[in-house]
Amino acid sequence: MSAYETQGFRLDDSGRRIVVDPVTRIEGHMRCEVNVDSNNVIRNAVSTGTMWRGLEVILRGRDPRDAWAFVERICGVCTGCHALASVRAVEDALGIRIPKNAYLIREIMAKTLQVHDHAVHFYHLHALDWVDVVSALKADPRRTSDLQQLVSPAHPLSSAGYFRDVQNRLRKFVDSGQLGPFMNGYWGSKAYVLPPEANLMAVTHYLEALDLQKDWVKVHTIFGGKNPHPNYLVGGVPCAINLDGDLAAGAPINMERLNFVEARIQEMITFNNNVYLPDVQAIGTLYKAAGWLHGGGLSATNVMDYGTYAKVQDRPETNQLPGGAIVDGNWDDIQPVDPRDPEQVQEFVAHSWYKYADETRGLHPWDGVTEPRYELGARAKGTSTRIEQIDEAAKYSWIKSPRWRGRAMEVGPLARYILGYAHASKGDAHCQRVKEQVDSSAAVINRMFPEALGLPQTQYTVRQLLPTTIGRTLARALESQYCAEMMLEDYREMVANIKAGDTATANVEKWDPATWPAEAKGVGTVAAPRGALGHWIRIKDGRIENYQCVVPTTWNGSPRDAKGQIGAFEASLMNTPMVDPEQPLEILRTLHSFDPCLACSTHVMSPDGRELTRVTVR
Amino acid sequence: METFYEVMRRQGISRRSFVKYCSLTATSLGLGPAFVPQIVHAMETKPRTPVLWLHGLECTCCSESFIRSAHPLAKDVVLSMISLDYDDTLMAAAGHQAEAILDEVMTKYKGNYILAVEGNPPLNQEGMSCIIGGKPFVEQLRRVSRDAKAVISWGSCASWGCVQAAKPNPTQATPVHKVIFDKPIIKVPGCPPIAEVMTGVITYMLTFDRIPELDRQGRPKMFYSQRIHDKCYRRPHFDAGQFVEAFDDESARRGYCLYKVGCKGPTTYNACSTTQWNDGTSFPIKAGHGCIGCSEEGFWDKGSFYERLTDLHPFGIEANADRIGGTAAGVVGAAAVAHAAASAVKRAMQKRDEPATEA
Repeated sequence: MSAYETQGFRLDDSGRRIVVDPVTRIEGHMRCEVNVDSNNVIRNAVSTGTMWRGLEVILRGRDPRDAWAFVERICGVCTGCHALASVRAVEDALGIRIPKNAYLIREIMAKTLQVHDHAVHFYHLHALDWVDVVSALKADPRRTSDLQQLVSPAHPLSSAGYFRDVQNRLRKFVDSGQLGPFMNGYWGSKAYVLPPEANLMAVTHYLEALDLQKDWVKVHTIFGGKNPHPNYLVGGVPCAINLDGDLAAGAPINMERLNFVEARIQEMITFNNNVYLPDVQAIGTLYKAAGWLHGGGLSATNVMDYGTYAKVQDRPETNQLPGGAIVDGNWDDIQPVDPRDPEQVQEFVAHSWYKYADETRGLHPWDGVTEPRYELGARAKGTSTRIEQIDEAAKYSWIKSPRWRGRAMEVGPLARYILGYAHASKGDAHCQRVKEQVDSSAAVINRMFPEALGLPQTQYTVRQLLPTTIGRTLARALESQYCAEMMLEDYREMVANIKAGDTATANVEKWDPATWPAEAKGVGTVAAPRGALGHWIRIKDGRIENYQCVVPTTWNGSPRDAKGQIGAFEASLMNTPMVDPEQPLEILRTLHSFDPCLACSTHVMSPDGRELTRVTVR
Repeated sequence: METFYEVMRRQGISRRSFVKYCSLTATSLGLGPAFVPQIVHAMETKPRTPVLWLHGLECTCCSESFIRSAHPLAKDVVLSMISLDYDDTLMAAAGHQAEAILDEVMTKYKGNYILAVEGNPPLNQEGMSCIIGGKPFVEQLRRVSRDAKAVISWGSCASWGCVQAAKPNPTQATPVHKVIFDKPIIKVPGCPPIAEVMTGVITYMLTFDRIPELDRQGRPKMFYSQRIHDKCYRRPHFDAGQFVEAFDDESARRGYCLYKVGCKGPTTYNACSTTQWNDGTSFPIKAGHGCIGCSEEGFWDKGSFYERLTDLHPFGIEANADRIGGTAAGVVGAAAVAHAAASAVKRAMQKRDEPATEA
């Protein structure tokens, strides 16, 4: 390749090649290769999805009412969001309108997932990119307590004794010589910039969050029976409501169950406000102060989402996180996104381990073709089962390349927050909270925390702060906070609806396949924790004829397309300096800021009836 | 080396509470009070056993379930009971620093580490539809199993194949026991398994330094020797012939039996109806949806989740569940209960095309 320009980036593979495989602390399996120049700045990035499960192949010919359970197993981390997209797609195809309670219960479940998934991502998958666990041993517990009270005065767990206990436990753990998941970490690297006290505070919250997250998901357990993988239902929700009738005590939803849910919602609100958001703002402030505003990539120019959280059921104009596409960084021009339009969302496979008749063209998901073709390029090093180096000029990933009107897009909480901010700035009344959150966080990071911590204040604009790795991580925390707040409103609206006499939870008018048309097709979209999720289904004679998912990590983790355009992961790594290329902390930090989900991204189906039983490797 | 007891003491937990914890552990494992001193001793003295947790083709629901364990807390398992030296979902290291850990632990703890497997290896595409470190996952799995003390197959993927192995199984996803033949394998099926079942199996192994008693299919009897149906709180409605006919009907609101809307509880071996999910909060049937049978082999290919079980023969519930589950449920008491159930099933089956108001 040597060098070429695309989307404002200059790709140059002449420098030293660094390989990270496996990329850990993600869902699924992924490989990343970069070239660094003589100053250890990344000048070429290659992201490879290294797993394929073929789930939609498996769906063909099955009962559409069962599909949610299959696709839910695409991912156990963002559990439930594929199930939700699936029941929406089937209901869209068959023209089923679900009862209001069912709509609100699904909303509460989706938002519970956002809070859980975002917090677990930050503390258990992402934090170790920012936080030096071993450095926490050097912290002064008293000063850690001061720091805690400064960044979050309302959080009750802030005494010096509390932090000393955690530090003691950590010390004994480290002294045991058995470091467990912290073994071989990059402790002591100069790429970590937090003072020991901030590290101790974050490690403490790593443990707090681990204890608390298991309680939040109980909202799913109440409505869906279990978590991970709660149960869904085409036509509504399976949990019938019986507040004061015969046998209410054994009913899925009764007063005790409702109270239980409300208590969990309040806990989520408290954790977001007292712990999660202040931690992210503090870490963002300190890394910003160290000059680390890398990782923006495509978010600076191209973002999209389908739009979500309609305040009024079936009325997308009331979306509290409105959708659309922003291209070329023009926040004033939000273009509408239509998942049904064959010209908008298309998938390409020029650099993916699949085969099209004409690989210069993309295909809309309703007409998608997938024929696996695993092969390495001529310049790859190693063998087909022992890859030493990928050849990105050829096919190099199990992920396809979705494009919106031919452009590579970033999706995810940051995309939704850029869109929400842009919509709110244009006066959209339903997402003003987004603007409020972003503006207040910018004030905290620019002025309030620096002042309190004795650091220089800054004047970064929202447009400078958001499209960064820090911004991506911040948007996730803000979305978690917003979702918990919206969830409480959903809960109250459901109670009011029940009070008004409506206890319906499922519409079974079209449960029987005999009531269905011979052929139907539908789309279901969801704001999944990692970004825009779409499921496309074709139903024929009561069975699934074709099923296709285009998921967030397919967008973000996509390899190059026929025009050589890079995807969001690759773009985000470009021009980032590395302290030590042997220790890929900066690569991990930015990749993790997307919360990659590889099991989600790599499964596709063949609509032409071909059985994909064996693939010959060249 | 810090033991579990020391950890608890340091957290301000008294010896009395510690012993109480141990007896609760004994109870939750189905053990009598005689075992309490053994648990106390083990918790006080044992160093942490290394666990290498590999991930093949999967969805990570098993890891997610594991971290939801309430007793013991996942935090305490990871910090104080085991040494989770490799788990690509949680570990700090990546790339060759991560891979180096495998070699180190395999050498240093040869024959003394536990291999936990989440997901399964695909054999089509030369094994390259699951690539770790540039090589097929199946290679990593075989290599790491070599010096393991025992293998735990977490979840239905590792135990049976699960969703990616559903027909036509395009990647030839293959359960662990069909790739590894020379090690004891403990199957902990479920999609995912219940969190406290996962930590219960692990703590049992650490505490008693042995593998739990397994049934013929390799599942721990302590959690998998009863059907959901056997202990379901809705069982009296089944016996009384009171069934939900359609979702959200009056019977659904009363919590009647979900058999007619497809519940697979009668043929599914798991602890859901007793241990329940997420710290005992609920389980699928209690939340109004039938069991989909996610801990049973090949459950994806046994017809719709909403079709009532149709392969139950008169008195056949027992024989049939045995065939499916492969567990000898020949305990006199259990057989008597099943017999009583069979007559109700038989009634339901005979009238399955009529509106079910029979009792």
